[in-house]
Formats: sequence, structure tokens, C-alpha cells
Amino acid sequence: MHRRMIAVLVGAVFAVAATLAVFTMLVVSNAPNGVQQTGVADIGGPFTLTDETGARVTEADLHGKPSAIFFGFTFCPDVCPTTLFELSGLIDRLGPEADKMNWVFVSVDWERDGPQELQDYLQAFDDRIRGFSGTKEEIEAVTEAYKVFYERVPTEDGGDYTINHTASVYLMDAEGGFAGTLGYGEDPDTMFAKLKRLVADA
Amino acid sequence: MRILPTFLAAALFIGAGTALADDYAVGQLEIGQPWARATPPGASTGGGFLTVTNEGETADRLVSAASPIAGRVEIHEMRVTDDVMKMRPIADGVAIPAGETVEFKPGAFHIMFLELKGPIEQGEPVPVTLTFEKAGSIEVEMVVAPPGAPGPEHGHEHEGGH
Repeated sequence: MHRRMIAVLVGAVFAVAATLAVFTMLVVSNAPNGVQQTGVADIGGPFTLTDETGARVTEADLHGKPSAIFFGFTFCPDVCPTTLFELSGLIDRLGPEADKMNWVFVSVDWERDGPQELQDYLQAFDDRIRGFSGTKEEIEAVTEAYKVFYERVPTEDGGDYTINHTASVYLMDAEGGFAGTLGYGEDPDTMFAKLKRLVADA
Repeated sequence: MRILPTFLAAALFIGAGTALADDYAVGQLEIGQPWARATPPGASTGGGFLTVTNEGETADRLVSAASPIAGRVEIHEMRVTDDVMKMRPIADGVAIPAGETVEFKPGAFHIMFLELKGPIEQGEPVPVTLTFEKAGSIEVEMVVAPPGAPGPEHGHEHEGGH
């Protein structure tokens, strides 16, 4: 009786261990190059946009350094300046380490924002923040790659519009892999710690 | 013992001075700390903020705002839901319930300046006329803080001389 119970227990433990082993093998074999994949790791990817100087940029221009990327628009009076002000403060706090990252503001307002608008607008913030803009197709492609939500909402008089959009800052590693976000309203010390880690890991 | 009343009087005086510098009253409403954010170069919109305290027994409503610096002024609500920033004009105004304070601040309600006639700059307060349903209209001056600043404090710092 006693023996049989032990045998059953051993069998059960073995079964669980075997299941785990097979499961682990499956997960590892699914991950290309042994890189650990998470459910959100497919954020990011190829894009072609225009920077604030008018030069064409792609995801390859960001590789080699981790990036903090924020999507917004220059007509935005609240969350965009708030976030760019916060980022400027964090860049300042990082000191020379901030140069080891890319800081990018992407305008989803393909109709009103171009290189000149972004160059002007970003003068109010840390000069390390670059401004990318694009055509409707280019913005649709980059927002799809980054899983960024945006929608144009007409204003009351109908002649104008505002844009609802994702409020987080995307953090990408030096290879362009998704590395997390800075949430809107998140504690600045937490944001700072995330950026420090991102730079240190690079 | 005689120093205490003097101290109290001084404290009251300082308190009153601060209130006068920043605050306005119209009817039963007190308007606190109106401020705006300086606009980045080229921006054609800007945001203004303040608090409204209803000291009265009846509810009121901020129905509109106007300013000579902007072609249009609207009252907007900004909200982040599920990580999406949504902004919408509040067509019928913002209720100011009796006995309550409503804050217009970044991440909530704001006075939105559209079709700016020039940049909003630090050191140049923005005149704004607020119109309430019951209390009527009042003109306030918004102190200007840097673009994206979280509060008006930076505006004061910049002005110096206080």
C-alpha cells in the first residue's frame, strides 16, 4: 500500500517534469537565435520616415543605440508637451549617458507636421530629441509596426481635427527590439531607472 | 505675549498678499492660479489652466473662454484611457458644483487656445475672459510657464523679481 503510493507520486512528479521539459524545448525552439520572446516582443520593425532636417531615416539609423520613441503631434496642447518636457528633464538627469540613446518624437499628423514644423516645435525641448514625420502611408506603416493607436477626430466646427493617440513612450534596445514603455503619468524616478537600465544593457 | 498677535497679523498679511497676486473672484466663484504653457516655436495651439472654487450654494458652469491672443478658445477635456490620450471639446461647458473645486490642469480639463496670433511666451501673461453661466464674466491673467511644464511654479521662477 505504502509502496504503491510512493510509486504513484514518483510517476506524477516524473510526468510533470517531462511536460515541463517538452514545453521548455518547444518555447526555446520557437525563439529565433535563442532570444527570449514575450507576447509583446513584436512591437517595432522596419519604417521609413523623414527627420527634422529633411533626410530620410529608417529603423537602421536607430540601431546601435537604445531608443526612446514617442508618438504625438505638434497641435497637441497637453500630453505631447508634457511628455517632451519630462523627457527633456530625464535627458538632463542622465547627463552624458543620454548621448548613448536615440530620442525620437514621431508625429502621427501626416497632414500638418513635416520636417520644418518638427524642427521648430522641438526647439522648445532638449536638442537631442529628433523629430520624424512621414506621408500617410509611412505613418500608417510605422504605427502598425509599433502597435500605436491613433485616430483623427474632427473638432466641433468640422474644419479642423485633433488626434487621439497612444500616450506611452516606447523603449527599444540597441537592436531595435521592444524593451518596455514609459507610461503617461509614471513616477519620474521609475522612468529614470528604466532608462538607466536600458543604457547599461546596451 | 505681545509678539503673537503681530506674528498672526503678519501671517495673515502675507497670506492675503499671495491670494491677491494669483487669485480672482467673481460672484461666488474663486479663480485660483491661472497659468498657461509657453508654446514651442511654430505651434498654433496652446493650453491654459486654473482652478475654480464654488463657495456658493448653487452650481455654476464655465461656459466659454475668450482671449485676444487666439482666434478661438475652447474648453477641452484630456483623458488617458488604456494608454490612449483622448482629447475632446466640452461643448456645453464644465459644471462647477456648489462647494467644490474644479481643477483645470494638465491631464484633465484645459482651456485650449486655437489659431494663436503669436507665440505664448514666458514673461508675457495671457489675458483670458472666462464666462460662467451664473456668475458672469471675469478677465484673468495667466502666468506663463515653459512649454510642457507640469505647473505654474516655473512661470514664477522665470519672471523673477517676486
